Amino acid sequence: MTIRIALPKGRFLGETATLLQKASWGLSGYTEGARLYRLKSRRFSNLSAKIFHEKDIPIQVAVGNYDLGICGLDWVEELLAKYPSSPLVKVKNLRYGEGALYLVASRSEALATVEAMQAKTEAIRIASEYPNLAESFAANARLRWFSIFPLWGAAEVYPPENADLALIPGKVGEEAFNNDLVPVSKVLSFSAFLIANRSSWETKDMGEVLASVEDGLLTGERRLSSISKTRTPEIVGRYPFRETAEDVVRLALPDGHQQLPTLKLLEKAGIQIDDYPSPTGNRRPTTNLGGVMIKVIRPQDMPLQVANGNFDLAITGRDWFLEHLYQFPSSPITELLGLKFGKVKIVAVVSKDLPVSDVYSLRQLSAEQLAPLRVASEYVNIADKYARDNHLGLYRIIPTWGASEAFLPEDADLLIENTQTGRTIARHNLKIIDTLFESTACLIGDAGKVFNSTKRERIKTFIETLQTAVEDI
Amino acid sequence: MKVQRCKGTRDLSPEEMARFRLIEGAFRDCCLKWGYEEIRTPTLEYLHLFTSTGTLTPSRLNKVYSFLDWDGWSGERVVLRPDGTIPAARLYIDSMEEKRLAKLFYVANVFIFEETGKETRERWQCGAELIGIGSAIADVELVVLALEVLKKLGLSGIELRLSHAGLIRALLAKLRLSPGEQTKLFDQILDGDVEALARVKLREPELRKALTLLLDLKGKPFGFLKNLPALFSQSLPEFEPSLNNFINIVELLEALGCDYQIDLASGRGFEYYTGVIFQLFIGGESIGGGGRYDALIPLMGGKDIPASGFALYLDRLMSLIKLEASAKPQPQRIMIRVRPEAIKEGFGIASYLRKAGYVAEFYLGGQELSNLRWMLDVQKKAPLLVLIDQVKRREFEAQTADEVLALLGEGEGDNKDSTA
Repeated sequence: MTIRIALPKGRFLGETATLLQKASWGLSGYTEGARLYRLKSRRFSNLSAKIFHEKDIPIQVAVGNYDLGICGLDWVEELLAKYPSSPLVKVKNLRYGEGALYLVASRSEALATVEAMQAKTEAIRIASEYPNLAESFAANARLRWFSIFPLWGAAEVYPPENADLALIPGKVGEEAFNNDLVPVSKVLSFSAFLIANRSSWETKDMGEVLASVEDGLLTGERRLSSISKTRTPEIVGRYPFRETAEDVVRLALPDGHQQLPTLKLLEKAGIQIDDYPSPTGNRRPTTNLGGVMIKVIRPQDMPLQVANGNFDLAITGRDWFLEHLYQFPSSPITELLGLKFGKVKIVAVVSKDLPVSDVYSLRQLSAEQLAPLRVASEYVNIADKYARDNHLGLYRIIPTWGASEAFLPEDADLLIENTQTGRTIARHNLKIIDTLFESTACLIGDAGKVFNSTKRERIKTFIETLQTAVEDI
Repeated sequence: MKVQRCKGTRDLSPEEMARFRLIEGAFRDCCLKWGYEEIRTPTLEYLHLFTSTGTLTPSRLNKVYSFLDWDGWSGERVVLRPDGTIPAARLYIDSMEEKRLAKLFYVANVFIFEETGKETRERWQCGAELIGIGSAIADVELVVLALEVLKKLGLSGIELRLSHAGLIRALLAKLRLSPGEQTKLFDQILDGDVEALARVKLREPELRKALTLLLDLKGKPFGFLKNLPALFSQSLPEFEPSLNNFINIVELLEALGCDYQIDLASGRGFEYYTGVIFQLFIGGESIGGGGRYDALIPLMGGKDIPASGFALYLDRLMSLIKLEASAKPQPQRIMIRVRPEAIKEGFGIASYLRKAGYVAEFYLGGQELSNLRWMLDVQKKAPLLVLIDQVKRREFEAQTADEVLALLGEGEGDNKDSTA
């Protein structure tokens, strides 16, 4: 009987690898930057492991693709907040990676207590990577009116201008956060947990594997959490713009791997950005451009933020722009300018072993099989629309948070994914059966919005300057 | 592959729909005769409508069906309505506020997530709201109206339990709990924890005595309640307005000869109630309830308008009523067999018979004929119409629809004779 376990990438990888080493699992390749996601144990021949983005793990264990998983309790609770009947068993607190989720507000804000929040008559905006926990907090605190902004990341840079509160992870007992944020309420304490699928837990004999983890824990001395190690000691971004004057243009720039090409383009346009990319994690770089305020956020989050008027302009990808429009067809945002860099194709991918060459044969195959077609994607709405438009019949969308190619073939049948060269896809023994569209970086904004003349002029100048630079490429 | 019904939902079969319509009909008849007007509010409402008043408990709010609409990019969520009263109050504020008095009723479904999926997540309610009047007689009107509907449905063994939100609130205010503790206790009572109040440990003897007396009212005669103000007027004057209001209402119910029980600790679902709460049970099962909610309309941004209302739970009543006991006499059914060339004549005569009060059905094949008395063959050549009486095994020939009607009339006459 095989035992399948889902192991985390990211913040808990180091300590989890150490634990499993002490447990003598003999996993090779469970390291930072691992390029192959399937691992075998030398000690337990019936054990197979796969590496996932941590947020995917509770979902994968709950749906029964994995018997066991290791991830932060925060992501388990995030799932349970929305789906309380998920068949998950919290088997063991692994006691590393300890932290807490805090609801934080800007020090300059008046929302210092839950009572103050309850008294507020306007909508309270809460930004978080944990939208379900944020919503459940709002309901439990009996907030009268609230909007939850689900985010891919960088929640700490949203207050005070773009959100009233953010729900973010921090160290245990943390009292001050980057960007001059202070905790209003501690929502949850967490640490790494071993979790199990309930039915596996009730039916499978996993005693030996579990005992080895126990041994690993006993021999391991308590370690500092990875969160406290990676957090920059210095508090950065202490002086955010408090007041956004009516004629200041609010610009969102991408974090991650789009930073350098973005910087290059802006430099070419004669726009200077200081501290971007920032080695200290500063997300509010400054610029020589007058009347422009910049924040660095996730490109995935930009369309929703622009639609809500939190930013006037943003440099994101057409993929994320369309993902937003497919969810909200009446959203006011438009693509103002294609930027030519960050070119990727959005493709439909299946396992090489599947006897399918295009979407039509996939449709046929899906019609013949009884089980629903599992479609994994970071682009939930693009994937949903693709499945709908192509009549894929009975299908289920599995949201993923990266490294989606690892899902095929055992945890999904179809993948909607971006690719630059197709090499990663080939390396994972996958093949492309359809191209949905091509995506490049683009500048988005709300074309229907009315601004005062100064701001209108500034936006116009910015677009024109960028356009000249783009045409030059 | 078999297409499955969504978990936590139910189908209503023709037999169940007959029960449904019977209850709905009795409820509508009564409401209309008491001068209430029917309304219907949308299934979708903004979640904000239900959070804005701060009245629904977190445990209820965590069970609403909420989602982002196609234009929900602002994060504004919509819900499948989890409650009937709040939308009715919204409608009143929207478009009826100039009316001094609004007497409204509705038959609506509400949606509440139920984890196991064994109970239905879509529930039907017959609701009535009396908006604009704060008197005790208005509360009594609603109680009696609810009881009348149940009586009309032939239900017996109805138990009426009375409590008073004003009294519970006054009591909670006296407990000197921290705001957090008070909210918690409040939520426990709302979620149906009848022991919650009894568990509170009180230091002040006066208050302990009061609490014991109030909780002990359960099942006691009216005299006990009537004597309480004399005990409390010195020590707990805050209780007086609510207590007097409660006594007033109970006195009126006494005068009407209503059977009731006082049970102060049961406050399940009284979330937005401020005054009397009444709950209806049959055989220990809750079948409806209501009460006074004077604060709701102002909390929702309306004027300072008092209101009260009730709802009967249709799903529960459906399993309690006896269909045949209250079934209306069925009009006579006639099965019409039409020759294709006589289709025009066939459809014509069917329409004529329906206008005359008969159920006229075409034979399409597959219908059960054995338990049916009348069949009518329609053809192009003489005899144009042949009426067959399957009970008496007779056939009649006819030329016109009127002749058929006359024959049917005679046939029914025969029937009466034979049963007399």
